[in-house]
Amino acid sequence: MNPEAIRDKVAIVGMGCCKFGENWDKSPEDMIVEAAFEAYEDAGIENPQEQIEAVFCGAVYPNKGTAEVADALKLFGRPVSMVTNYCATGTDAFRYGVFSVACGMYDTVLVVGFDKPKDRGVSGPSAVTTGVRGLPMTPAGWFSLCAAKYFETYGAGREDLAKIAVKNHHNGTLAPKSMLKREITVEDALKAPIISWPFGLYDCCAQSDGAAVAVITKRELAKRFRDDYVLVKAVAIALAPNPQSDPSFDFLRWKPTVYAAQQAYAQAGIANPFKEIDIAQVHDCFTLTELLTYEDLGLCEKGSAKDHIASGTFALDGELPVNTDGGLKTFGHPTGATGVRMLYENYKQLQGKADKRQVKNATVALSHNIGGAPQTCGMTIIGMP
Amino acid sequence: MPMLRLQLGAIGGGGRKAGPGGGERAVANFDEDCVTMAVAAAMNCLDGIDRASVDGVLFASTSYPYKEKQAASVIAKALDLRRDVATADLTDSLRAGTSALRAAIDSVKAGSARTVLVIASDCRVAAPRSALEKSFGDGAGAFLIGTGDVAATVEHHHVISDEIIDVWRTESDRFVKSWEDRFVVEHGYTTNMVDAINGLLQKSGLAAKDFSKAVLYSPDARSCAGVARATGFEAKTQVQDLLFGKLGNTGAAFAPMLLVAALEQSKPGSRLLLANYGDGAEALAINVTEHVARLWTKRGMKWHMERRAELSDYDTYLNFRNLQTSDVDRRGGQGMSATVHFRDRDEDISFRGHKCRRCGTMQFPFQRVCFQCFAKDDFEQVRLSDKHGKLLSFTFDFFAGSPNPPLIVTMTEVDGGARVYLQMTDASPKEVKLELPVEFAFRKIHEYGGTPNYFWKCTPLRS
Repeated sequence: MNPEAIRDKVAIVGMGCCKFGENWDKSPEDMIVEAAFEAYEDAGIENPQEQIEAVFCGAVYPNKGTAEVADALKLFGRPVSMVTNYCATGTDAFRYGVFSVACGMYDTVLVVGFDKPKDRGVSGPSAVTTGVRGLPMTPAGWFSLCAAKYFETYGAGREDLAKIAVKNHHNGTLAPKSMLKREITVEDALKAPIISWPFGLYDCCAQSDGAAVAVITKRELAKRFRDDYVLVKAVAIALAPNPQSDPSFDFLRWKPTVYAAQQAYAQAGIANPFKEIDIAQVHDCFTLTELLTYEDLGLCEKGSAKDHIASGTFALDGELPVNTDGGLKTFGHPTGATGVRMLYENYKQLQGKADKRQVKNATVALSHNIGGAPQTCGMTIIGMP
Repeated sequence: MPMLRLQLGAIGGGGRKAGPGGGERAVANFDEDCVTMAVAAAMNCLDGIDRASVDGVLFASTSYPYKEKQAASVIAKALDLRRDVATADLTDSLRAGTSALRAAIDSVKAGSARTVLVIASDCRVAAPRSALEKSFGDGAGAFLIGTGDVAATVEHHHVISDEIIDVWRTESDRFVKSWEDRFVVEHGYTTNMVDAINGLLQKSGLAAKDFSKAVLYSPDARSCAGVARATGFEAKTQVQDLLFGKLGNTGAAFAPMLLVAALEQSKPGSRLLLANYGDGAEALAINVTEHVARLWTKRGMKWHMERRAELSDYDTYLNFRNLQTSDVDRRGGQGMSATVHFRDRDEDISFRGHKCRRCGTMQFPFQRVCFQCFAKDDFEQVRLSDKHGKLLSFTFDFFAGSPNPPLIVTMTEVDGGARVYLQMTDASPKEVKLELPVEFAFRKIHEYGGTPNYFWKCTPLRS
């Protein structure tokens, strides 16, 4: 493997994102068109039928698969393909797009992440299965399994999780495209109904609909689109055993993140992530996911997340702001869209276009998704040239 | 006997509580039915016995959820018995339990089987707020019939068949129905029981005084006393306690469960009379041997009577039996795939794990490639159901649509190494903690597609 094969070879030159939420009055087509045309405008693309050479899509609950995107955008006569990879779906679609440009096959391609779970009539992700074991099951039930052991080992508790929710709710109030825009207090979080212990209502992200789109091109062509383009430094995917059957799982870390971080840091040439990364969007499907991710990504020592949460390390004005747009907590989690939505935030932050939530002097940004039981992780690192 | 009890005074709802002496009945949890209770009873019965020695399984019940599809085969699979075990269901009569006992004895005597497992189990549903609902109970009893150092022998029996419409349920009936009480007791129960017992006494040359205890199926205490009086037994001293107000009438399992209670209290050399009713009646004379002490170490009626928890209210009971509207459709959905069930039945029903022959790592579910040393297809299957385990982690899921939230979900490590993602049953969140010792219970995991889908759960180890 050549970890430097893609470093700084591919540029993001345009991005778009629809407003996330319970988009009852919007179809997948509406959301895809809204996000794609914002990305076209951002990249200065006037004739996508000429300029876009390939399309990479990511969705977990599509109705018509690739046709949903090709039909919506009228992008025919070129390759349109689709990837599904649990919650890392959007990041994986981006990865295929980056590879296709880095290898020289195409100059400019479109990456589309979208999902519309609110058309399914359920308030949370229902586990569809044809088997017997484990039903009824909920993602909250899977992700909460680390809590008891982690709490006992490191002395953390629901208050530490609540502080993460409070931070992300605050950041979400500053993001125009987020779904939830209300500040909450630690007390609100602690007294909310329990979903799956230790997760109360505010420890869980919501189901929402959304779409996000990226226009990427080879570095040499980036200047033709804009001056403040952003370079891709790493894009990684790693799978790990289902923690429910892994004989060596320790309930203190999630292996998918650990594995993907090794790949991503090698690609980007990062030795000390805490120092070298300026902002991060991490998968906060549940508050505990964000807590473990701080440690699994090496942003702080194993067991020290609680102290960093207390001292504000990951707050908007902290040393390493995490989930600057409010994360899944305030955007919800239309699975296929989430990874691309995170890129949208990092891209805007690096360009200095994040308005009230703007982090000063951010030049390297990380995004991270973890999904399944959890078993898969996707990561990207982007930076200014 | 299921752990849960419903106060009789609470039946009817409205937060009614039992008055003094109102009593209670045993209630199957929402994930229990006649099959899961049968497996639990049989696990206790076979504790310490090589399961490979079991040649046959006879299952007696009137409340098996399937009209076509055998229960004994599910039970045999859950018990991880040999593939060439002979299985059969005896059903459609409250007398099925003793009929199964006699059939098993006959086949062992005839030499067609060395040991036969007989299980009677019932989880009958009566119309909400009816008198039958108060008198019914849920439970199961299991016996291993064989030769050698047996705990009890059956000397004599006498059987009577009768045609009477007293208690019945048609294929389309949800609830058990009954004709008028006095008719049923006079012309059904009493006549048949007296004829069967007198027939046995006549045949054997024994008299009532030759028996230390009479174990008499009965729908109520008064009718039981009538039969005892008519056959020469002293109701107060000689009749086995019917556990009214504690267990309830457990249908086809009732007489067998009372027999378990009697055996637990019997001294070597004593003689028991077992009489059962349903579409006729039958009576058996049972001699207790010096080996009966071996039964006293098992979990019989005494252990189960002491292990109890009260159901909070009547509405919860209705919800357990799907008798109350709810926004959680436990019977909806596409259901289990028959082919997935077929492929996974060694794991799901027999609850076996995989042990890597190269590195020894235990894993669940089955793997083709070892998690630890990556060897391919080099595993031996190991039964997990009869082992104990401990909790590695847990959560209390209020969102999973359980009829009795929260659903306790665990990562359990089975002694010896396999880890299994398991729901916990018959437990309260208050007692759940890391490292909690657990054992395993065969339960309904869901009813999607309208069929009971069985898997194992963990339950706190109660000594």
